[in-house]
Amino acid sequence: MAGLKSPALYFFLLNLISLLPLLAFSFSPDHPTDRRILVLLDDLSLKSSHSLFFSSLQSRGFDLDFKLANDPAIAVKRYGEYLYDGLILFSPSTERFGGSLDMGGVLEFVDSGHDLILAADSNASDLIRNIAAECGVDFDEDPSAVVIDHTSYAVSETEGEHTLIAADDFIQSDVILGSKKIEAPVLFEGIAHSLNPENSLVLKILSASSSSYSANPTSKLSSPPSLSGTAISLVSVVQARNNARIMVSGSLEMFSNRLFRSGVQKSGSSHKYGKSGNEQFITELSKWIFHERGHLKAVHVKHNKVGETEEPPIYRINDDLDFSVEVFEWSGSSWVPYVANDVQVQFYMMSPYVLKTLSTNQKGLYHTSFKVPDVYGVFQFKVEYQRLGYTSLSLAKQFPCAY
Amino acid sequence: MVSAKMDKSPADLLASPGLASLLKSLKLKTKQQELLIRVSILCLVYVLAFITRLFSVLRYESMIHEFDPYFNYRVTQYLTQKGFYEFWNWFDSESWYPLGRIIGGTLYPGLMVTAALIYWILRFLRFAVHIREVCVLTAPFFASNTTLVAYFFGKELWDSGAGLVAAALIAICPGYISRSVAGSYDNEGVAIFALLLTFYLFVKAVNTGSLAWALASAFGYFYMVSAWGGYVFIINLIPLYVLVLLITGRYSMRLYVAYNSMYVLGMLLAMQIRFVGFQHVQSGEHMAAMGVFFLMQVFYFLDWVKYLLNDPKKFHTFLRITVTSAVGLGVIALGVGTASGYISPWTGRFYSLLDPTYAKDHIPIIASVSEHQPTAWSSFMFDFHILLLLFPAGLYFCFKRLSDATIFIVMYGLTSMYFAGVMVRLILVATPAVCLISAIAVSATIKNLTQLVRAKSKPSPVGPGKGTSSTKASSKGSPDQSMPFQKNGAIALLLGVFYLLTRYAVHCTWVTSEAYSSPSIVLAARGAHGNRVIFDDYREAYFWLRQNTPPDAKVMSWWDYGYQITAMGNRTVIVDNNTWNNTHIATVGRAMSSYEDEAYEIMRSLDVDYVLVVFGGVTGYSSDDINKFLWMVRIGGGVFPVIKEPDYLVNGEYRVDKGAAPKMLNCLMYKLSYYRFGELTTEYGKPPGYDRARGVEIGNKDIKLEHLEEAFTTSNWIIRIYKVKPQIIGGDQLTLSLALRDYTCYGSAEFMA
Repeated sequence: MAGLKSPALYFFLLNLISLLPLLAFSFSPDHPTDRRILVLLDDLSLKSSHSLFFSSLQSRGFDLDFKLANDPAIAVKRYGEYLYDGLILFSPSTERFGGSLDMGGVLEFVDSGHDLILAADSNASDLIRNIAAECGVDFDEDPSAVVIDHTSYAVSETEGEHTLIAADDFIQSDVILGSKKIEAPVLFEGIAHSLNPENSLVLKILSASSSSYSANPTSKLSSPPSLSGTAISLVSVVQARNNARIMVSGSLEMFSNRLFRSGVQKSGSSHKYGKSGNEQFITELSKWIFHERGHLKAVHVKHNKVGETEEPPIYRINDDLDFSVEVFEWSGSSWVPYVANDVQVQFYMMSPYVLKTLSTNQKGLYHTSFKVPDVYGVFQFKVEYQRLGYTSLSLAKQFPCAY
Repeated sequence: MVSAKMDKSPADLLASPGLASLLKSLKLKTKQQELLIRVSILCLVYVLAFITRLFSVLRYESMIHEFDPYFNYRVTQYLTQKGFYEFWNWFDSESWYPLGRIIGGTLYPGLMVTAALIYWILRFLRFAVHIREVCVLTAPFFASNTTLVAYFFGKELWDSGAGLVAAALIAICPGYISRSVAGSYDNEGVAIFALLLTFYLFVKAVNTGSLAWALASAFGYFYMVSAWGGYVFIINLIPLYVLVLLITGRYSMRLYVAYNSMYVLGMLLAMQIRFVGFQHVQSGEHMAAMGVFFLMQVFYFLDWVKYLLNDPKKFHTFLRITVTSAVGLGVIALGVGTASGYISPWTGRFYSLLDPTYAKDHIPIIASVSEHQPTAWSSFMFDFHILLLLFPAGLYFCFKRLSDATIFIVMYGLTSMYFAGVMVRLILVATPAVCLISAIAVSATIKNLTQLVRAKSKPSPVGPGKGTSSTKASSKGSPDQSMPFQKNGAIALLLGVFYLLTRYAVHCTWVTSEAYSSPSIVLAARGAHGNRVIFDDYREAYFWLRQNTPPDAKVMSWWDYGYQITAMGNRTVIVDNNTWNNTHIATVGRAMSSYEDEAYEIMRSLDVDYVLVVFGGVTGYSSDDINKFLWMVRIGGGVFPVIKEPDYLVNGEYRVDKGAAPKMLNCLMYKLSYYRFGELTTEYGKPPGYDRARGVEIGNKDIKLEHLEEAFTTSNWIIRIYKVKPQIIGGDQLTLSLALRDYTCYGSAEFMA
């Protein structure tokens, strides 16, 4: 009993101390960037073998808390409050988490709006596979299969199985991968996954080439591989409806210092890059995952009759009204105006009666004016803005409209 | 009751010499004595009518009853707080979400304005009353006033004796009490007063030919129009009556003055009510009045021509031409008006009155209301008691002494009795006529009998009959000397009449206290030991809604509870008791009768946050949503043919146990009603999940909810409230629950269902 008691007490004290800065840095709508991240590892040696990735996070101001995945003191939630804003699961072989965390706990963590990075490799456990499956990503069910590509493998001296792949089929999105082009192919060594077609939220970020397939490299191929070609996704992300972001990768190795630093030469190409694209790719993607990019907010919804400034309690039919809303994007340190020409407002009662594209003043203010339709009822101003890579904006403001 | 009071004063006169000498010293003449008695009887009746309606306050508390009164109460509150103009322009965004309702243009404001006026007057007189108390007592107050009108009406029809009896009968008649107990703050409460007043003033106008009475009757009609949609009965009965008078050759200048002035002014006044608007000239239901109006002019014209021509032969030719062309013109005008859409056709409600089977086939929403059902014989007996027997006798007396006035009451009685047979709620309209005609029967019988008794026993005025003379017993009658048993027979008959009247009083009091004083929002039952058990679940649930949900939450329930939720819970509802939009109600009916995921789509499109169902399986409360469910299916299926009634029935039988239809067992209403009910043992010796309202063990005990979660269930499970989980796809709120996993579950749920 005493043995159990003292770690608990220790943990409690630790929490008490750690809670103080936590209050200041916890997730808030004004500062959407996650601050405190729990990293679960299979083996503490990963801490040093993947130190480049971790230090890049730390240098951006994240507070990493490393734990062994089977540490009995793991808890993400205390008194109904989450202790962390993000979770990195670098524990592909863990069958059970220590402490109170389980698969339901991880999903609940995401359900409540927190971010997750999950990396698997060839010995991925059922637990990790199930978490991924719940996020809409299905890893190849054959536990021994890895991604093999005989045409776009990375040329290396040691390996002849072509399981180290140089992938450069990225998603075309400046928001997710940054405005700068990824300079070199990304080295990937791990297992394949496919996307659940019923899940419309999951996106393929890094796709395998058309000549790739998923199989056991050591045994002879007896039947056609279940996953092949561009159906194989190497890295996928999910942006949930609550704007929680998830990244799933079939390779833990791609985060490692070894592949970060390694040079790359794609087979069939004579050009040899001095450094692989891994570091840039992972860093940019992790910026997106942890809301340093692509996070929008809409504020100051205002509507009034033309020529007035106050919001009336009720509109009469055929009133002319002004509608405006301000949209900002989080740049990692401050809110900057978001500029686009496709933000629309709906004047909605069971179906849109008016649909108008808002004009912007380039400073974040979006504005339009229109005539209230000749129908009475309880209307809503609806702004629904869903764009690839951006958090979805969805706001509604209700007011009555009568004769 | 009347007779009990009536026979007291003369008996006292004899019994107590003190009082007699006092009266003697006051030097009251017979006429004055009679007036005193009459006034005191009327006062007693006035008070009696009020206090007999207070049973509900004593049994429960001073509260608003049932469904519609809650809307009236809410509107009255708004009126007293914000004033008349705000009220008139009120757009209510809390009901019929998202359509809303323009209150000012869709209600009869008479009741609310009356209550507000009483409230303002009392406030002005420095009585610090609460508006609720005023609303609770409005209906009894107007019932008292109705007795006065009944007295004058009876006097106009027959004599003041009949008037007194009519006042006493109507004061306690259950048919009227059912709609006018304290707390029953509904339009009918004041409308019956207005109806009787209009009729009385019109009959008075016809009898006197006075313009003043006719105009007064127009104002009475205006009040009626402002108070209740039942004014259509007046605007059709009066023309019918005039037509009958014309046909029977009773056309007179008095009638001409009375009808024309009443119709023209009444119509103009009625147009001031926004809800009625131009219906008087545009709706098919009002065309009879206009036709009779023109017919009157033709009659007048013919009279004039007859006077000018002074030649029967020429006149007959002229008559034929005029009548033919007038009728032809009228028919053409009506045809053109209807075809061009200027005159709207009859509404469904009107049709269902003329043809009792119409609603059942065409408008399920009307047929679904219990008070729109055809009346059973038992309820006639329950509501009228001996009046049912006295009514034909009264008709007999009326026919014996036919006059313009008695023709009117006969027509009123017969037509309203027919309508009372079509719809239960219209017993109310028939009640004044039945009371008046019965009063004529009682009064005439007693008068005849007492004349017999008194004529023979003039020297010794002792006997049970002597006091009954509500009029100054005229000794004009000279009974037949050849019948020796006449006097005894008369006494026996009188005793019989008094016995019947006593039984009537006992019956009325019993019915009032047992049946008609229940607020129906608080339920009472007898416990195992005979003690009274109160189920206050409705108010518990509405209070919960008010306290625990966001102020702009939208609550979906079947329309019966809409008014109560907005008034007591102060939350927005999708549909309510003002059933103006059938499609919207059908949408809710469809949601209730769909599978949960289909229902979820519907609820999402309506922004529903909470779903409220009424469930009686634990308490055995039978008017719950499961028992109303087939109506939801019918109404929903009427608009959305995907909902089919046979899917919910097994061999035409409606059941909820193991043998129920699979769709029934998995529809939203079933799930919400019986969620977690399978774990509950409701009755000793029965399996868990035993439904006491239907007396069966339920068929689906393992109910899983996917898109809804239980939010609140009242202590007796009568009301269950569910929260609709936040949106899966798209949505309105800034932060949305993720529900990623719903995708993976979605497919499998489809297969299981």
